[in-house]
Amino acid sequence: MKPAAFDYVAPRTVREAVEALGAGRDAHVLAGGQSLILEMRLRRARPEVVVDINRVPGLGRLSVDGGTLRVGALVRHDAFEAAGAVPGPLGTLFSLAVVTIAHPPIRSRGTMVGSLAWGHPASEWCAVAVAMDAVLELRGSGGAREVAAGGFFHGPFQTARRPDELVTAVRFPLPGADTGAGFAEHRRTHFCFAQVAVAATLTVRGGLVAEARIGLVNAADRPVRARAAERALLGAEVVLPPAGHRLPGGHPFARAGEIAATADAAPVAEPYAGVDYKRHAVAVLVGRALRQAAEDQRSRAAVHRGGHR
Amino acid sequence: MRITVRVNDREYRLDVEPRRILADVLREDCGLTGTHLGCEHGVCGACTVLVDGAAVRSCLMLAVQCDGGAVRTVEGLAGRDGEPHPLQRAFSAEHALQCGFCTPGFLMAAAGALEADPAVGEDPERVAALAGSGICRCTGYEPIRRAITRAAREWPRPAT
Ligand SMILES: Cc1cc2nc3c(=O)[nH]c(=O)nc-3n(C[C@H](O)[C@H](O)[C@H](O)COP(=O)(O)OP(=O)(O)OC[C@H]3O[C@@H](n4cnc5c(N)ncnc54)[C@H](O)[C@@H]3O)c2cc1C
Ligand code: FES
Ligand code: FES
Repeated sequence: MKPAAFDYVAPRTVREAVEALGAGRDAHVLAGGQSLILEMRLRRARPEVVVDINRVPGLGRLSVDGGTLRVGALVRHDAFEAAGAVPGPLGTLFSLAVVTIAHPPIRSRGTMVGSLAWGHPASEWCAVAVAMDAVLELRGSGGAREVAAGGFFHGPFQTARRPDELVTAVRFPLPGADTGAGFAEHRRTHFCFAQVAVAATLTVRGGLVAEARIGLVNAADRPVRARAAERALLGAEVVLPPAGHRLPGGHPFARAGEIAATADAAPVAEPYAGVDYKRHAVAVLVGRALRQAAEDQRSRAAVHRGGHR
Repeated sequence: MRITVRVNDREYRLDVEPRRILADVLREDCGLTGTHLGCEHGVCGACTVLVDGAAVRSCLMLAVQCDGGAVRTVEGLAGRDGEPHPLQRAFSAEHALQCGFCTPGFLMAAAGALEADPAVGEDPERVAALAGSGICRCTGYEPIRRAITRAAREWPRPAT
């Protein structure tokens, strides 16, 4: 189908964009359009006004300030494909996650902030944001405010954003060099959203887990931080089985997977993926993502010890 | 709404409703029917074109978004004298098309990637991501992968 008729505005400043959103008509932000235009074609979205923010200068900025990364509303998915685009383990995590989002021609338009604003339960970025304690910056008629990712997602496609608010950016604290990142995803075909995916980071000090962060994609009606599994990992000794071998049953990563599947996930049944199946996938993928994070941490530490070339 | 778009280095002044999709405007208003529409949902990739150099799904963009911009479609690949583009030669040599419905999209996705970075051709994973970025019901993808790799080898390098 073709989209229903709408009025189109292309503001040149954030202030103009916010004014257009707050003018009392049903207005939708157009960022990458890779979800919105599809929804409009399906007539699930029928905005009266489309506010195209693509001509607002400055929203495409990706910057690091001290220990914080700031991603503007127009930074496209594909900006994160190179692991070096963002420093340290966060860059590794982003580069692992981003290639599971759609295809190159969709990643060249779609935006990270658009994914957060959209709030699809199977969105990789939403779970990454929740796991990494991201903070969203919003601007509305009433002024600017910030919302932690942990409190932003209220359900499928439901967020704390008010209709007159523009999400201008999202900020992430940058983890240090003693942290490693992993990402594991299961999908039916290249063209599907994730059935389940897991983002994980592990901070290891003296061979023991000092901090664990686990974000679950599509394991509930919203992105989930697997707090129970994270707690269970604290203080665990990081011993990796040889490459190519499975995690033994009692391994802390396997146990964390079981806990995430039973205590943290609240899967919603979907065609081809019932609740039990999704719980099983969560358990397996948490184990894999943690293992990858531990390996990443180990190689990072080795480089660190070896000094810079 | 009045817009001006450069398509394949030719300027088009068009009057389009904001709801009109880029792919439809290319096909119906510019008469460039080489851009194909399969799913119109962003999935199949047949409609892929370059907008300001980046490969995008023209079924998921509004034509008004391209006001003042440059679009390149499959019609813009061949040289002025009709000489096929290296990608077109490679697709032909590797039998990377049968019915050809998907081909314009794969050509443009590969053109965008190789123009940005010819080294894509040396990375089997990135080539696979390109070959997997659209749906082809005929070839089984392997010939498409080979064609992209071959075109990358023949890609014109900037003189050193
Ligand atoms: C074939 C296909 C496969 C896909 N696969 C995946 C996948 O595997 N994983 C995944 O996560 N996504 C996937 N997507 C979706 C894609 O990642 C989108 O880019 C993303 O969901 C939305 O980002 P966008 O910038 O395109 O937002 P838009 O489509 O422009 O907007 C989406 C929604 O968010 C609102 N919005 C956007 N930006 C802002 C802002 N700054 N402030 C306030 N509101 C805003 C819009 O009003 C709209 O309601 C897929 C899309 C397609 C077409
Ligand atoms: S027609 Fe655009 S992706 Fe299928
Ligand atoms: S050649 Fe027929 S669909 Fe690809």
